Amino acid sequence: MRRGLQFVFGGTMAELTATGDSRQGIEAAYMAQMRHKRILNLIGILIFAALLIGGFQAADNRNAGGFWDGLPNVLDFPGDVLSEAWERSQLLPGYFIKYLPSLLETINIAAAATLIGALIAFCMALLATRGLAPAPWLIAPVRRTLDILRAVPEIVIALVLIFLLGGGPVPAMIAIALHTIGALGKLFSEVNENASLQPVEGLQSTGASWMQRMLLGVVPQVAPNYLSYALLRFEINIRASAILGFVGAGGIGYDLRNTMSWGQGKFDEAAAIFLLLFATIVIVDQLSGVARNRLTHGKAFADKGAVI
Amino acid sequence: MLTITELTKTYGTKDAVQRASLQVDKPTMIGIIGRSGAGKSTLLRMLNRLTDATSGAVTFEGRPITALTGADRRKWQSECAMIFQQFNLVPRMDVVSNVLHGTLNKRSTLATLFNLYPDADVHRAIDILDRLGIAEHAPKRAEALSGGQQQRVAIARALMQNPKIILADEPIASLDPMNAQVVMQSLRRIHEEDGRMVIANLHTLDTARRYCDRVVGMRDGRIVFDGTPEQLTTGVARDIYGADASFSEAATSTQIDTLERETA
Repeated sequence: MRRGLQFVFGGTMAELTATGDSRQGIEAAYMAQMRHKRILNLIGILIFAALLIGGFQAADNRNAGGFWDGLPNVLDFPGDVLSEAWERSQLLPGYFIKYLPSLLETINIAAAATLIGALIAFCMALLATRGLAPAPWLIAPVRRTLDILRAVPEIVIALVLIFLLGGGPVPAMIAIALHTIGALGKLFSEVNENASLQPVEGLQSTGASWMQRMLLGVVPQVAPNYLSYALLRFEINIRASAILGFVGAGGIGYDLRNTMSWGQGKFDEAAAIFLLLFATIVIVDQLSGVARNRLTHGKAFADKGAVI
Repeated sequence: MLTITELTKTYGTKDAVQRASLQVDKPTMIGIIGRSGAGKSTLLRMLNRLTDATSGAVTFEGRPITALTGADRRKWQSECAMIFQQFNLVPRMDVVSNVLHGTLNKRSTLATLFNLYPDADVHRAIDILDRLGIAEHAPKRAEALSGGQQQRVAIARALMQNPKIILADEPIASLDPMNAQVVMQSLRRIHEEDGRMVIANLHTLDTARRYCDRVVGMRDGRIVFDGTPEQLTTGVARDIYGADASFSEAATSTQIDTLERETA
């Protein structure tokens, strides 16, 4: 060896190998452990397959019609919608303009609900995260509250509120916002749990208050995830707000209900509304991607030539 | 054996590696030194094809490496193992499974998904772990090991690939001096006993001098030095690092006896 290099392990393989017995023992133990795992995996897969097949048969038996008899008809409705829309495709641009105001109303309901819901969810998430919450005894009640908000379907809340407050966008907005608090509060607090406590400790060592530690130590870490969850929720809320239109909350859902009913010959308009909703979701998704990348990596990242 | 010709990588307007050329005729242990951001990592990543070169070519035993695509490219990656500064193991999987990942290129996705490796491979994985002195950790999760042990698992994964070249990107930068020594000696031993080519990015001069047959210096994306450890004088090192006369090797040394030498 050059320059009198002394190796800790010495030179040859034979010298390095631990005593033969322990090496054999290690190997036998590992092989046994591996076989054990493989058998458990196999059993797991068999149980899964059995449940899947059994469950399907149970569900199929309880179906009013037969699953296999109905299967060929599944595409009939979309087929009708598409063929009608295709026949009168020259009318589509006109429908886009006609339904744009109600689309805007729907998006407005979703946006207001997401914004209000996310702000309240942010506060509740901080109170519900172990390690961050200022009062540990509050964690369980806050979490249960979030569970309840998630458990009640927004359409139920909306129906009750519409009964109390009358039809219109405000009850829908409140209903969606309540559900958003439950959903985002849970997601935000899970994001918080994965945040590093080191910056928080760093700030604590300077004498920062709880609010300062959260806003300056935690939020910069979690903001990109918050944003992408909130924008995902915005997408879901657009769809939810469209559905609430069915029960009298206004917006594009009301128009969709009217055009989608069978036998009115308005399937072309329904198709136009679907296209509008699809385009909205795509646009929100694209915007959220850009915003998130900007927030995660900063503008400098793009300037360095990264493909965003 | 390995020929790098005018290899260039451009990010936006900045050249990370600029027209780097290198010729290696026989399996050698090569150390690449230079400041952070000098392009050392990018160069290694281009050799493994983790990063695509902007221009230039790499050939290995007549094979045009930079032109490989798809399955051919993955085949090359299996022959050209890589070791990382942060080990890049799968933390929640056991040590042997991590080592067996070295055979992924040869196995079907479905078989590896269910952890179905041939027994012979498992034996070989444990042999390699034994050779690196960490066989007793075989059933543990990778995340349960210390940094030095994890890096040896990473080396075992590399050896499992039975590679012609081992690329090591700052293999000891996250390790304490004792573990750094163990890891560097393992790499040296692999080079001497198995005759594999080892190319390591190093950030300490004494490590490069001590373990490498050949030292390459990079500065601002260019290769500015290529010679034997003996030719790497303090003056040359200052040029590579762009440092002034106050630059002292002992200040950044990882050798335990350096301080004693200084005070002696």
